[in-house]
Amino acid sequence: MIEAFLELKELVKIFGGGKDTVTAVNHVNLKVREGELVTLLGPSGCGKTTILRMVSGFELPTSGKIFIDQEDVTTTPPNKRPTAMVFQNYALFPHMTVAENIIYGPKIHGISNQAARKKAEDVMKLVGLEKLGNRSPSHLSGGQQQRVSLARSLIMEPKVLLLDEPLSNLDAKLRVSMRLEIRKLQQRVGITSIYVTHDQEEAMSLSDRVVILKDGVIQQIGTPLEVYARPDNRFVADFIGKANFLNTIVEDVTPDGDVTINLLEQKLIIPKAKKSFKKNNKAFLVLRPESIILEKKKPDTITGIIREIVFLGNQMTYMIEIAKQLVTVEMSNPQECESFENGEEVSIKLPVKCLHLLPWEEEE
Amino acid sequence: MLFLDKEQQGLPYFLVVLRFMNNDRNRQIHEITGQLRLIWKEPILFLLILLIFYFLFTFVVFPIFQVVKNSVYIGGKWDFSNYVAIFSKRYFIQPFFNSIILGIYTATLGSIAGFIFAYALTRTSLPFKNFFRTTATFPIISPPFIVALAAILLFGRAGSFTPWVKSIIGNYSIYGLSGLVLVETIAYSPTAFLVLYGVLEAIDPSLEEASMDLGASWGKVFTTVTLPLATPGIASAWLLVFIQSMADFGNPMVISGNYRVLSVQAYLQITGMYDLPRGSTLAMLLLLPTITAFFLQKYWVSRKSYVTVTGKPTGATIKNLEWYIKLPIYSACIIYAGIVLLFYGTIVYGSFQTLWGVNPTLTLKNYVEMFEVGKDYLYHSVLLSSIATPVTGIVGIFISFLIIRKNFIGRGLMEFISMLTFAVPGTVVGIGYILAFNQKTVLMPVVLTGTAWIIIILLIFRDMPVGIRSGIAALQQIDPAIEEASTDLGADSNTTFRKITLPMIAPAFFSGLAFGFVKAMTAISAIIFVVSGRWNLITVAILGFVDNTQYARAAAMSIILIIIILVALGLIQLFVNRVGKGVRMTTIIE
Repeated sequence: MIEAFLELKELVKIFGGGKDTVTAVNHVNLKVREGELVTLLGPSGCGKTTILRMVSGFELPTSGKIFIDQEDVTTTPPNKRPTAMVFQNYALFPHMTVAENIIYGPKIHGISNQAARKKAEDVMKLVGLEKLGNRSPSHLSGGQQQRVSLARSLIMEPKVLLLDEPLSNLDAKLRVSMRLEIRKLQQRVGITSIYVTHDQEEAMSLSDRVVILKDGVIQQIGTPLEVYARPDNRFVADFIGKANFLNTIVEDVTPDGDVTINLLEQKLIIPKAKKSFKKNNKAFLVLRPESIILEKKKPDTITGIIREIVFLGNQMTYMIEIAKQLVTVEMSNPQECESFENGEEVSIKLPVKCLHLLPWEEEE
Repeated sequence: MLFLDKEQQGLPYFLVVLRFMNNDRNRQIHEITGQLRLIWKEPILFLLILLIFYFLFTFVVFPIFQVVKNSVYIGGKWDFSNYVAIFSKRYFIQPFFNSIILGIYTATLGSIAGFIFAYALTRTSLPFKNFFRTTATFPIISPPFIVALAAILLFGRAGSFTPWVKSIIGNYSIYGLSGLVLVETIAYSPTAFLVLYGVLEAIDPSLEEASMDLGASWGKVFTTVTLPLATPGIASAWLLVFIQSMADFGNPMVISGNYRVLSVQAYLQITGMYDLPRGSTLAMLLLLPTITAFFLQKYWVSRKSYVTVTGKPTGATIKNLEWYIKLPIYSACIIYAGIVLLFYGTIVYGSFQTLWGVNPTLTLKNYVEMFEVGKDYLYHSVLLSSIATPVTGIVGIFISFLIIRKNFIGRGLMEFISMLTFAVPGTVVGIGYILAFNQKTVLMPVVLTGTAWIIIILLIFRDMPVGIRSGIAALQQIDPAIEEASTDLGADSNTTFRKITLPMIAPAFFSGLAFGFVKAMTAISAIIFVVSGRWNLITVAILGFVDNTQYARAAAMSIILIIIILVALGLIQLFVNRVGKGVRMTTIIE
């Protein structure tokens, strides 16, 4: 059982009325440990920002409760909540200098100018903003503005730090370095954080746990490795990374939960499958492109025919037809690996550890 | 200056070095030859530029110059006696201070009213927003002095509310400073409202959220974020209302009583005393503060703005405000809207009364008489405005095109002169026109005074900023690359303007037209100097009826005027809806 520092209980948010009713958040339950960084990940319109705005107090939930450090804050106004938000467009006050932006919060809380400035210096050092205190936000680069926004939130020592797609306005390279920095900073300060993003790479690289949302409903909660290797459903498997789905039929299920399937007359055993299956059920075999190994054709193996080859420099991508279904295979370090011809029949090795079986879902 | 411009990049090195030796001079020559090339290649454009300059000099600069000249150059020699006289006697200088005091009161109250309305409409969940928005902006489309007429009907000597008000505050007179402040606040707060609405709408709501997120209460958010960010906008609104109040002629003419203001005094000096030099001197005193305020607004305040008005509303989130914040804001809106409705309702009611304050029997006789007496005025107003408005629109769009898209010697000057018409009070322009065009001059070899032409020309150039502003607003939204593509495909400036630019800015053009028509139909301060027995306008006629205390008839005429304006606006709106999206009124007014 997770000891919850931040807890969302049966959270629902419905916008509009009549015909235009939209359920943006649908019975969301989430527990976040102290010091943990949890990412809300999903396509646009999945409700992730709405959840964040309910935690910060800018939206009131239609029903459900929000607890921070055992305290019910569901209806507490945003200015009374122990949360601090880093806005997507930074929302730096344009009529104040960097330093004034940072000490804004402490001064609102009645801390003396001197004490606030002292504290601001520490925070600015923490985020690497020394000597920029007297600048106007409009004279800073995107990355620097991001740091100011972060500093302005951190100086409040909030119980929960909320980050709303904080890196989406930065260029690709800066985004990568800033996300490492945010992660380091978060771990150093040990602050409980909720991070909203639609960028799965960002989510994977900086989270303790990832919450994947679709249409306001949580699809899966887990560590980055868990959601990648053992996705709960087809949406998650598809949304996180690339995935091949092979249609199969369950041949046998042992009481331990080991599932046997049949793929092109070859029996494959999936030990301790995550979901429960019944004999003769249809199912999906989820295969990550990089986990499939190609070999020169051998007897008594699963085989496929190469239909397309794309060389990408650091990897070689093959499209392979297996049992009338196309599967993508990625082989890294192509210069070392064996190479194959278009149209060649090859043997396919599937490492047992990388096999993941999902119950059948009708395609949307 | 050591930098390579584009032409130099292709030159052999020694030529570049040679160029650096007398670079500035060469650049000038280069520029001039460039201009000559333009003339050679696009002679029509060149001729049009010359023509526009001729018009601007003749109908904008020349009249103002005449006012300046007449105030200091009397009887063929320099003579500052009028200035000396005005500054040496308290009686003469008093109107100057009176106008300034009136301007300060009106600007302050108008900005407060405008701000409350704008705040309520952008930041709260005030119900019936469209109703409040319409009410707040309605005075813009009516001649401003209608408000003064209503004030007399309500609070004047025979006013409906007069006994009641007297029982509360004792003896009072609506004629004077307080009455003027009341009516001008109602007449000009819409300007402040439109400016501030644009400003508040453009403030990113996430700034206010960030402030609240960091612990600020509503009051703190307002004082530390909303208000500081809106301050340049408030200053802008204040200065614009100040200018309008200073320049107002209709309301003081009706309701100022013994409170003498510059615009009316200048008018009386000229039409009553035939003292052109003294009238011109008073006009100069009127011109200086308004011009100062205008340039302050234009070049200082707008530079300080933190808000970049992109025309794109950011979709401000409506916060759940506490009742003790909502209550005063909503009440203020309701009371203010109530006052506006009361004033205009009184005009409607008054127009059906037999004799205001004496015989309240309802009758249609005012309208019948109005058509007998006033149909010529009405016809002239509609006719002359309909001629002037399209010209304003076309010339305005063309000037804005030249200013934004073309580079030619004198572009800055053209922009300056065309903006000047916006800052100069109508009284000054009117005096300038009678001084400039009651004789033959090199610039205008026929006498215009007394003709319909002088009215049409005055209307055209008074409304020119409206056309230019809507054009500039529209052009700035169009990527120059689209026009460049047309040029690249072989079209000259003319063809590009006609086939590409014009169709794209057509909607803005028509909303500019709509506003220009309203301004032409409601014009009074400058027009009153150039109307004649043969060519008179409805606004002047209404003012005449008010002067003769024929209030019911004046009310009936005002109603007809408002109806004509509404119909014209409706027609243009229908048309604009068909061609696309127009320009918001804010962009035109500011």
